[in-house]
Amino acid sequence: MALKGNLRDFSITQLLNLINLAHKTGTLAIEGPKDTAWVSFRKGKLAYSQMGRDDSHLASSHYRAKKISPSQHKMIRARAGGMSDKELGLLLVNANYITQEDILASLQAEFIGTIHRLFTWAEGRFGFENNVLPPNDKILLRINLENIIIEGSRQLREWEQLQDEIPSLDIALKFTDRPGTKLQNINLSVEEWRVAKYIDPKNSIRQIANTTKMNDLEIRRIVYSLLQAGLIEMVRQEGLEVKPRQIGLPTKDTAEQKSLVNRIIDRIRSI
Amino acid sequence: MQTVKMVITGPFNSGKTEFIQSVSEIDVVATERKISSEAEKIKDTTTVAMDFGRITVDQDLVLYLFGTPGQKRFDFMWEILSEGMLGFIVMVDSTRPETFREARSILETFRAYAPTPYVVTANKQDLDDAWDIEDMRIALRLDPKLKFLPCVATSKDSVKNVLLELLYSILAEMEAGT
Repeated sequence: MALKGNLRDFSITQLLNLINLAHKTGTLAIEGPKDTAWVSFRKGKLAYSQMGRDDSHLASSHYRAKKISPSQHKMIRARAGGMSDKELGLLLVNANYITQEDILASLQAEFIGTIHRLFTWAEGRFGFENNVLPPNDKILLRINLENIIIEGSRQLREWEQLQDEIPSLDIALKFTDRPGTKLQNINLSVEEWRVAKYIDPKNSIRQIANTTKMNDLEIRRIVYSLLQAGLIEMVRQEGLEVKPRQIGLPTKDTAEQKSLVNRIIDRIRSI
Repeated sequence: MQTVKMVITGPFNSGKTEFIQSVSEIDVVATERKISSEAEKIKDTTTVAMDFGRITVDQDLVLYLFGTPGQKRFDFMWEILSEGMLGFIVMVDSTRPETFREARSILETFRAYAPTPYVVTANKQDLDDAWDIEDMRIALRLDPKLKFLPCVATSKDSVKNVLLELLYSILAEMEAGT
């Protein structure tokens, strides 16, 4: 099945949210107006990324991260021409040029940097290929997506879109029961923490906004970020009177109602 | 003669008219007009008031299927059509992620009109560009317990399955209430 579309209609934060929640493994290719990006994921975590025209060689990543000098970069590229990233990484660590932590930190910065650039793309055709990953010689990481999604969601400014995403402030919020997601590990802003403190099925979004003295736009933006990161979900506020289910049938007698529905079922089956 | 009605709703071009046409015993009474907006010209006409189909259950009972207009500027019709319904079906075009947000908004609107049973269907699941149903469930933020059914609105069997699932939900609600 396809996971295809355009960023104009389904944003990069929505895509990351989907990949995160569905624990997807595969590669997302995005064709922007000027460039193409490939971002790979393993079980819903960011594993690798490559921006079309960027040099993805490990030495170049470290040069851009200022972990090696221009002369070291030139020398490594000349001597390690046919070497894979994994082999080169091992060689650099053994030669005490850089540490293993440096390699992981540089790659993490590079991969997250690609996503940050994608946040600025207003449109671009995307397609996700399940179970397609970069070649074996590339170094793959496991970066949690929640923080990246929160950063991307903070950039959403359109009032209309926020209204569609959160149609009512009279609903409550609760933290999702997702194992492995700890709020303490997420880089929330001060405002986001203020809201998070009051998240409880007993409190409506409107009540949280009043308590934290936030206007509609501010509260919607924060709730949207937390929703996109899969940290919270919207629920009916506890303690509210639940309206009884209304079923439009021409009789009030339950036995008659059931008989009527069963007659419709039999008729539909026979069509 | 007793009558009951079900409402078929969803964004523009999600397949509501085809859905009703597939099972209605009469030619669907459609209120279609030519589309004037360039942005919405992915088809020639659209429903502006309602679609109307009929299934005679027996000599005492008739089921009416009402399709709502998909374009937002005709949403004043939604509340009128939802009055006294047995249940409703929200149709989503599996090939057009740009409509998912609107589908969610329509679902919330109908839930607010009347707390009646409902199901959501992922239409056009036979097309190459169709999104996987579980991906759509996440994108639409649907409750994991909610019935979210694959559908091909031009296939009678597929439409029957969706209608039956809604009826089973209605029956289950009745059982739970007794």
